[in-house]
Amino acid sequence: MTPVQAIIAKELRSYFVSPVVYAVGAVFLLIVGLLAYLYVVFAGAQAIQLMQVQGSAQINLNDLVFRNLFASTRFILLIVLPILTMRLFAEERKLRTFEFLLTSPVGINEIVAGKFMSVFLLFLGLLGLTGLVPLVLALFCDFEWYPVLTGYLGLVLLGALFLSVGVLASALTENQIVAAFVSIGLLLVLWLLSGLGSLLGDTAIGQAVTYLSFMEHYDHLVRGLVDTKDLVYFFSSLALMLFLAHRVVDSARWK
Amino acid sequence: MIEVQQITKRYGQHTALDRISFSVAKGEVLAFLGPNGAGKTTTMRILTCFMPATEGIARVAGFDCADQPMEVKRRIGYLPETPPVYQELTVTEYLRFVGRLRGLTGNILTSSMQREIERLGLGAVQRRLIGNLSRGYRQRVGLAQALLHDPQVLILDEPTVGLDPKQIIEIRELIKNLAGSHSVILSTHILPEATAVCQRVVIISGGRIVAEDTPEQLSARLRQSEKISLTLKSPTADTESRLKGVQGVQHVFVGGDSGTFILESELGRDVREEVARLTVTSGWGLLELKAISMTLEDVFLQLTRHEEGLVQDPVRTSVESTGQPA
Repeated sequence: MTPVQAIIAKELRSYFVSPVVYAVGAVFLLIVGLLAYLYVVFAGAQAIQLMQVQGSAQINLNDLVFRNLFASTRFILLIVLPILTMRLFAEERKLRTFEFLLTSPVGINEIVAGKFMSVFLLFLGLLGLTGLVPLVLALFCDFEWYPVLTGYLGLVLLGALFLSVGVLASALTENQIVAAFVSIGLLLVLWLLSGLGSLLGDTAIGQAVTYLSFMEHYDHLVRGLVDTKDLVYFFSSLALMLFLAHRVVDSARWK
Repeated sequence: MIEVQQITKRYGQHTALDRISFSVAKGEVLAFLGPNGAGKTTTMRILTCFMPATEGIARVAGFDCADQPMEVKRRIGYLPETPPVYQELTVTEYLRFVGRLRGLTGNILTSSMQREIERLGLGAVQRRLIGNLSRGYRQRVGLAQALLHDPQVLILDEPTVGLDPKQIIEIRELIKNLAGSHSVILSTHILPEATAVCQRVVIISGGRIVAEDTPEQLSARLRQSEKISLTLKSPTADTESRLKGVQGVQHVFVGGDSGTFILESELGRDVREEVARLTVTSGWGLLELKAISMTLEDVFLQLTRHEEGLVQDPVRTSVESTGQPA
């Protein structure tokens, strides 16, 4: 077992011992399930309406259920994921195990990678459970799988980005609450950049600001467009956040 | 095995360590003695590559802490002041994690864990969560962690804090047994501990090394001499050298701004009369003159109490004059 694997295993173990994961996981799955239910009911109501007006109804589940669901999940992740990441470094610093970790013969990049991977795996697990929604719907109705899968790809990438921001925020402080707030704040700013971008219109600055926000890139994936530009955005921002986290952890030694 | 040359550490304006130099031979146990805030932990953090020194060179097993931290880290077992344990893990889970971080695998990992669990008497609690263990047990888990990969160098920051007397004796025994095969630095502010376990004592105060000797020599030297405490109202710059010039006076310790001097003379010789005469004729304003019996504790306190007033030269020269590097 390599040191990175050891860190992943240890972090996962710590996650599953603490009640936070169960609480967060339950709330996340409950809300996603509830939203899915509501969107399906709305779609059904719309179908009934169309039946009454036109006599026949063809509703698109991809538009009415999945796109709405993916849009809402984005917001739930913004609240939920910082709560998962907040302990990663803040707790080590609070409980004085940080020094132990940094005096182990393990590189800081391995520590950051291990911590990120552990929470990422946890997130993939949670996301995997939401896969029940399309699976169950597939039993009863027809929809296109392709945009659903690209939507999930979008969620995975978006989640990875959120988690990396959370890892960075957790490295900045020894207070977990502060870490959670900082990451939620950073993510909201990233979110609102898209609003600012559209306000600035079709200028070079406006486009640049819009590009910086994850909104447009995520929307493309939800609509079924897999564009290299968007993938580059997610991977490069993820790398940047983890690099910054590396720098912060490294500089924490100097104090 | 450990070599520290002219290490200085500054935190902004504050100088935590001021040109510290010392070395530890293979198999030697060195005690780092000093009051809180003297720079013990900072020195240990530099040696374990947790933080870099502002100036100076630190080497462990021939590897430079600044240039080859990985090589150094592999060879060091470190117990910080607070045992670095994860409360949500059981003792065995924790030790397995530590071993894996240090690259131990398979049978070696299992046998190392077994060895340390036995050595530190953790058998009864090995399946319990560390969060539910007492302070003493956590400290022992911390020690097990430091010893797990059988490092050449052990750095222990106050290893016996929080243990009951029986455990303290056990741990001291353990450290004594490690001597010879391991180089150990341990910090403490308990003097008998230094005397009991260590071959050499470094007394550090205000970021400086104020004395370095074997505990026997330190205490023997001090016990075998007569000591006089002299308090003056208005000492002058040459007071110290002139006191040294008094026949029979071997060493003069300066006790800071308060005008207190500690004079040492050979056993059975009373220099009080001579000193009183000199003081009166020099007009230094004699406030107090008394004979004192000094223990190692006393000299430790004397050396470390007046940190600001401790100009390095008086004390250093007095220690150096015995032939020990300061």
